[in-house]
Amino acid sequence: MEYFLELLLGGLTRGSIYALIALGYTMVYGIIELINFAHGEIYMIGAFTGLIVAGLLTMLGFPGASILAIALVCAVIWAAAYGYTIEKVAYKPLRGAPRLSPLISAIGMSIFLQNYVMLSQTSDFLPFPELIPEFGFMKGYNSIMSSSELVIVGATILSCIGLTLFIKFTKLGKAMRATAQNRKMAMLVGINVDMVISATFVIGSSLAAVGGVLIASHVGQINYFIGFIAGIKAFTAAVLGGIGSIPGAMLGALVLGMTEAFATGYVSSDYEDVFAFCLLVLILIFRPAGIMGKEKTQKV
Amino acid sequence: MRVKLSLIALCLAMVAMLAACGGEAEKIEKKDAQGDVETGEVAAPAKLVLGVAGAHSGDLASYGLPSINAAKLVAAKLNAAGGVNGAMVEVVSQDDQCKPELATNAATKMVSDEVKIVLGHICSGATKAAMPIYLESEIVVMSPSATNPPLTQSGEYPNFFRTIAPDDAQAALEVSFAKGLGLKKIAVIHDKGDYGKGFASFCKQFIEAEDGIEVVLFEGVTPGAVDYSAVVQKIKGSGADGVIFGGYHPEASKIVSGMRKKGVEIPFLSDDGVKDDTFIKVAGKYAEGVYATGPMDFSDNPVYQEAVAAHKKEFGADPGPFFPEAYSAALALLNAVENAGSTDYAKVTEALRTKYVDTAVGKLKFDAKGDAEGVGFSVYQVKDGKYVEVK
Amino acid sequence: MSNLTQDTSQQSAMSFFLTAGCDSLPHALKKSFLAAIWFVFLTFPIMVIRVDTIDKTVVWRWENMAYIALSIFFGSFVWRWLLARKELEKDETKGETKIEALLTVIQTTPTIKFSLLCLIAVIAVVAPLKFTFLGSKLQFFDLYQTNIMVSCLVYVVLGLGLNIVVGLAGLLDLGYVAFYAVGAYAYALSNMHWGLGFWFALPLGAVLGTLLGVLLGFPVLRLRGDYLAIVTLGFGEIIRLVLENWGEVTMGPSGISKIARPGFFGMKMSIIDSTIYMYYIMIGLVIFTIFCVNRLQNSRIGRAWLALREDEIACQAMGIDKMKTKLMAFALGATWAGMAGVVFAAKTTFINPASFTFWESAIILSIVVIGGMGSIRGVIVGAIILILVPEYLRDFAEFRMLLFGAIMVLVMVFRPQGLISAKRKIYKYKASNTASAGNE
Repeated sequence: MEYFLELLLGGLTRGSIYALIALGYTMVYGIIELINFAHGEIYMIGAFTGLIVAGLLTMLGFPGASILAIALVCAVIWAAAYGYTIEKVAYKPLRGAPRLSPLISAIGMSIFLQNYVMLSQTSDFLPFPELIPEFGFMKGYNSIMSSSELVIVGATILSCIGLTLFIKFTKLGKAMRATAQNRKMAMLVGINVDMVISATFVIGSSLAAVGGVLIASHVGQINYFIGFIAGIKAFTAAVLGGIGSIPGAMLGALVLGMTEAFATGYVSSDYEDVFAFCLLVLILIFRPAGIMGKEKTQKV
Repeated sequence: MRVKLSLIALCLAMVAMLAACGGEAEKIEKKDAQGDVETGEVAAPAKLVLGVAGAHSGDLASYGLPSINAAKLVAAKLNAAGGVNGAMVEVVSQDDQCKPELATNAATKMVSDEVKIVLGHICSGATKAAMPIYLESEIVVMSPSATNPPLTQSGEYPNFFRTIAPDDAQAALEVSFAKGLGLKKIAVIHDKGDYGKGFASFCKQFIEAEDGIEVVLFEGVTPGAVDYSAVVQKIKGSGADGVIFGGYHPEASKIVSGMRKKGVEIPFLSDDGVKDDTFIKVAGKYAEGVYATGPMDFSDNPVYQEAVAAHKKEFGADPGPFFPEAYSAALALLNAVENAGSTDYAKVTEALRTKYVDTAVGKLKFDAKGDAEGVGFSVYQVKDGKYVEVK
Repeated sequence: MSNLTQDTSQQSAMSFFLTAGCDSLPHALKKSFLAAIWFVFLTFPIMVIRVDTIDKTVVWRWENMAYIALSIFFGSFVWRWLLARKELEKDETKGETKIEALLTVIQTTPTIKFSLLCLIAVIAVVAPLKFTFLGSKLQFFDLYQTNIMVSCLVYVVLGLGLNIVVGLAGLLDLGYVAFYAVGAYAYALSNMHWGLGFWFALPLGAVLGTLLGVLLGFPVLRLRGDYLAIVTLGFGEIIRLVLENWGEVTMGPSGISKIARPGFFGMKMSIIDSTIYMYYIMIGLVIFTIFCVNRLQNSRIGRAWLALREDEIACQAMGIDKMKTKLMAFALGATWAGMAGVVFAAKTTFINPASFTFWESAIILSIVVIGGMGSIRGVIVGAIILILVPEYLRDFAEFRMLLFGAIMVLVMVFRPQGLISAKRKIYKYKASNTASAGNE
C-alpha cells in the first residue's frame, strides 16, 4: 500500500512539472493554433536564469529564503521577456502564413536557443543549489514525499487556480478567450489582438520559468538540453487533455505523470515512455479531441 | 524587389557550389603535392597529421573535447623537441557527436585526407561504426575511452588499440568488490545506452555466476527524464542492499540524490563514466560515499603531472574526462611512429606491440589484440568531496 | 505606414532601407536604439554573467553587451527593411519569384529542358570519378564529398516520401522516422540472421514500410491536424523505444554492426568503390522516386490528396473515400522511407536506435517545408541546403547549429511558402482565330 502511495505521489510531482510547461503550450495553441516547440527552451532559460541569479546572490551572502524568491522573480521576468521577443521575431511575421511555416520556425528557434545557451554558458551539467528549504513538518514523511516535491505540487495547484480565475474573471482573460474563439471578430470588437497574444506568451513563459527553477532545485542539476524532453512530454500532456483547454492541460499532465510512474513501478522503467505514448494513442482513438477537448464543429 | 530576393537566393546557391568546388580544388592541389607519396614511398612527410575524432559538439561533447586538448599538448611538446622523425605534428579534428553515421563520415574524411594515425573515437558505438573504414585503409586507431570489449577481443580490428581497460574487466572488479562489501541483493540500473547497458549486463552476468549474491532488479532509466523518483521507489521496494549503476554522471547524480533524499542509504556503485570530478561537483553532498571504478590511480605519475600542469597553463582550467588516456594515446601513437621511422601501417602496429612507452597512465605496451598492458581498474570512493582509491 | 502611399520609385533605395516600417529617420533611429537596449537587457544574464557554482566564481563579460547592442542596432534596420519588402511583395502579383519564373521557362521549352537535364546527368554521373582531362587530374567529388552526397540523396528520398504525406495530402506526420527505422532494421536483421543481400532487402524494406504505414494509418484516421501530429510523434517514439529496449531481437542500444554493403554481382569492393557504387544506386533511386512521385501527383489519387488537403469535407462531399485516400498517403509515403532506411543501413554499416529520434523527423519535415511543400524541386533544394550547409559550415564548428537554427527561422519568416513553392498544372489555351488578343 505504501508503495502505491509513493508511486502516486511521485506521479503527482512529475505531472505537476509537465503541467507547468503544458499550460504554456496549451495557451499559445488556443490563441494562435501554433505548437510552440521553443517553449521547452523557455523552461530551460528560466532554469539557467534562476541558477545565475541564485549563484550571484549566494556569493553576495544573501539569506537562503530570499534567494529562492528573488531567483524565481528574475527567472520569470527574463523568461517572459524571451517569450515576448520570440513571438515578435519568429511568429508574428508568420500570422497569415500556411500552417506549417510557424511550426518550422518554432523548431528552428528551439535549435537556436539551445545552442545559444550552450555557447554562452557551457555544455556541461551545472549543479543547481537546493533553494527550496526543508520544512520541519515534512520530516517524518521524507521517504514518501520531500519538501521540494510538496512545493512543486503546491505551486502547480496555485498556478492553475490562479490562471483559471484570471481567464474567467479579468478583462484580459476575457480578451484572451475572445481571441481564441475568433480572432477577426475580436479585432472588430476592439480588442488589441497583438497585445493579447503577447500577453499569452508572457504568461505561459512565466509559468514555464517557475517550473524550471523549481524542478532544477529539486533535481539538482541543469543542462542546456533539458528543455527538449520536457517540452515533448509537456506537449503530449497538453494534447492528451485537449489542446486549447487549460483544465485539460492540467488533467492531461497529471494522467501522463501517473501513467509513467505506475508503469515504472509495476512493470518496467524501460518501457515507461512506451506506456505513456500508447495511452495517448488509445485516448485519442476514443476521444479524438483529447480528454477535455471540444470537438470543433467544422462549418462548411 | 523580386529581383533582389531571387538574386540573394542565387548567390547563396553559387556560394554553396563554389564552396564545394573550392573544396575540390584544394584537394586536387594536395593530391598533386603528395603525388610522389602515393607511389608507395613511405618516407616521413614534412608534416605528420594526427587525427582526433570524437564528440566535439552535442551533449557528449564534454567527453570528447579533452582529447583534442590532449592531442594539441602532446603535439606542442613533441614539436618543441624537433617533431617526430623530423616532421612537425599537426592535429586535425573531426566531430562525430558520438553518432555512428557521423562517425563514418568523420572516418571517410580521415581516409580522404590521408591521415594515418587517429586518436578516437570516444564512444564505443561510434568507434564500432567507423572501424571497418579505418581497417580497410590501414589506419591505426587508438581510443582513450571506447571500452566495449568486442572491439579488441573479437580480433576483427587489428588496427584498433586503446589506453583504457575494457568494460568486462571493470564489471568483474565491480562485482567482486560488491561481494567484498557483503552485499547480497543488488539492484542493477543502467541508462539504456550502449556503454551503460553493456556494463550493467556484464555486471548482471557476473553476479549471476556467483553464489551468495543475486540481482533483484535490472532496469533502465531514460536519460534526460524530468525526475527519477519512480525508479528510486522501485529500488526501495525491491529490498536491494546495494545499487550498481551503468552510465554517465548526470543520471548517476540524479539517482543518487533521489535515493538519499528518500532516505535510501544503501551503497551506490558505478563505472568510470561516473568516476569524474564533475560528478562530485554536480551531486554535491550526495556524492559522498559513492563508489566508482576507474583507471588505476596515476596521480604519482610524472608524465601525468606534467600533462595536467601543461593543460592548466595552456587552457586555464582543469582537464576533463579521459584527458590522461587521450594524452597517453597521443604519446603512444606518435612514439610508435618515431620508433617505426615512418607511418607505414605494419611498422607502426609492430612498434606499438613491442615497444614500451612512458605515458600519463603508466608504462604501456599493447597486446596482440590491442588492449594496453599495464592499465587496469581500481575502485574509488568519494570521501570528503574527492575520489580516493580504495585498496 | 505613410511610406506606402508615396511614390516608391521616387524614394531612393537607401532612404527606403533606413526608414522602412517607420515614419521618419529619427523615428527609425529611436526604434533601433530601443531594440538594442531591449536585447541587451534580454541577453544580460545568459551572455554577460557566467556563474560557476562549484568554484564560486563569477565572470562578467561586458564586451558581449557591446556586441549585442551594436549588432541589434544595425540588424534592426535590415530586419525592418526585409519585412517591409515582404509586405510590399504581398501587394504585388501573388506570382512567382524570378527563380520560379526561370524554372517555368526552362520546363516549358523542351530544348532547354533536355539540355539542362543532360548536363546535370553528366555532371552527376562523372562527379565521383577520377579522370584525366587535358592532362590534368580532375575529380569533382572525393571520397568524403561522395559520402556526403549519398547522405544528401538519402534525405532527398525521405523528403520526397514525406512530401506525399505532408505536402500533397496535408497530413502532418511527426513520426516519419519510424518507417525509416523499420527499413533499416529489416535489412540489418535479415542480413545478420540470414545473410540477405541488399538487392533483396530493398523491396523487403519497401513492403515493410508500406505495411507499417497502413498499420499506423488506421488509428489516426479520425484525428485532425495537430492531434494527428502528436499521435504520429508518439508512434515514432514507440518504435524507437521498442528498438532500444527489445534487446533480444534488435540488439538494443549496442546496435547492429557489419551490415553488408550492396554487392555488384558478387564482386568484393573497397570502401572507395563501394561508396561510389552506393552513390550511383542512390542517383538511380532518386530518379525513380522523382518519376513515381511526379506520376502520383498527377494521377487520380494525387488529385484526391490535394482535395483532401484543401478541404476535407468538400472532398468527402465529392465522393472521395477519405479513409482510403489517407491510408494510401501513409502507405506510399512510408514505402520510400523503408527503402531509404535499407540504403542508410547499407551505407553506414552500423545502426542503432539513437539514429532514429524525433529530431530526424523534425529535420525531414523541415526539408519539406523549407523547400516548399508539395513541390518536388523544392524538396530537392531543401534537402541539399539542410544537409550540405551544416557540412560546409563545419569550419564554423561550434556555431554550426546556431546558424542552422537561425537560417531555419529566417527562411520561414521571409519565405513562408518555402523556397520553391509547388506549381499546379496550368493549362494555357492559345488564342486561335478570335479577334481578342487575349491569351493569359
